[in-house]
Amino acid sequence: MAPITLTDASFDEEIGSADTAIIVDFWAEWCGPCKTIAPVLDEIAEEQAGKLRVGKVNVDDSPEVARRFEVMSIPTLIVFKDGQPKKRLVGAKGKGQLMSELSEFL
Amino acid sequence: MNQVRNVVIIGSGPAGLTAAIYTARANLAPVVLEGEPSSTTDQPGGQLMLTTEVENYPGFVDGITGPELMATMRAQAARFGAELVVEKATRVDFSCRPFKIWADSDPEPTYQALSVIISTGARSLMLGLDAEERLMGRGLSTCATCDGFFHRGSHIAVVGGGDSAMEEALFLTKFAESVTVIHRRDQLRASKIMQERAFKNDKIRFLWNSRVVDLLGESALEGAVVKDVTSGATSTLDVTGLFVAIGHRPNTDLFRDVLDMDDAGYLVTRPGSTYTSVEGVFAAGDVQDHTYRQAVTAAGTGCMAAIDAERWLEAHGDAPDDIAETPTEW
Repeated sequence: MAPITLTDASFDEEIGSADTAIIVDFWAEWCGPCKTIAPVLDEIAEEQAGKLRVGKVNVDDSPEVARRFEVMSIPTLIVFKDGQPKKRLVGAKGKGQLMSELSEFL
Repeated sequence: MNQVRNVVIIGSGPAGLTAAIYTARANLAPVVLEGEPSSTTDQPGGQLMLTTEVENYPGFVDGITGPELMATMRAQAARFGAELVVEKATRVDFSCRPFKIWADSDPEPTYQALSVIISTGARSLMLGLDAEERLMGRGLSTCATCDGFFHRGSHIAVVGGGDSAMEEALFLTKFAESVTVIHRRDQLRASKIMQERAFKNDKIRFLWNSRVVDLLGESALEGAVVKDVTSGATSTLDVTGLFVAIGHRPNTDLFRDVLDMDDAGYLVTRPGSTYTSVEGVFAAGDVQDHTYRQAVTAAGTGCMAAIDAERWLEAHGDAPDDIAETPTEW
């Protein structure tokens, strides 16, 4: 399943109605490390379809959500389950490291 | 057992990708271990992934951003058939040929190679404070281009006195209300042009002869404790963002006791070449250069390493039959 774009307007509804855990990637066009993890997140979205969704928040387009979750560094990845933030990862990481951080949600 | 490669390139900054372009064009079918995503300079694309405008790389009249330059070099290497993999070398065995390189924890090596080019670059130094781990990504940052955006209207600081520190400070003035440059000496190490730009900028002020000795704040940075190195007095600087640019150390942990290095950990190469202390292993870029450390010098030594590797393979009869001679004149 392809990652879904979340915005200030759609964020609460999408997170609230998600039936699996969802990992939200706060990113921007001008952030180098964000670009290096984008393909990794695309792969995870495909491979973990049905178990974990991937959401993307562009902090330029949706500054409110980023502010609400006190994002001060990107990429920041926050895992939400049952509508609540459960885990926060700051900085780009390789797939292996990311998957071991996510194992508790799979 | 996996296939033996002609050349494995470890690292994907300007040195590694230039070596990839040259060895790919010479039909050596190189594989490049690009490294793994991270928010430090130790990542695919290397240090330039964290910079903004690159104004001194020849060929770009109006400058180019670091990430764009690296994407272009990567595409150029791929165009000639270099295989680029997002993997990080975890262990090497250069004691006999073919050389062995691991990119995972398997007992079997991930790659075997007739020759190796090392271009793992250098990473940014941190302050070495206990508070760093707690506040990383919560006001403390290694990447001004990533995180400057979140400091709109804030008072922030940059630690360091070199070109990277000035570049970060100037970039951050686009967002911040004020940027304090904290430097341990009474003058900058940065190039004249960068110094002038920084001195001219109204938003930048300087705290000379000063070192950051502690960071305040539990879940977000609230201030930096700064010590005046001449008087020994400490004071608190109220900043909500702190960017560290105090220099680099080479990424050579992997090669300790394997290759000769100097006291600072830089790989030692034979003067005028890229030969390391092990025959068939070459080094290019910042991993072996603590003097120039420019994108263009890294690319230059990457080219040298490719040519050295190619000629070495030929001389040792290991080269494939269809090896293409690098033109000596164009």
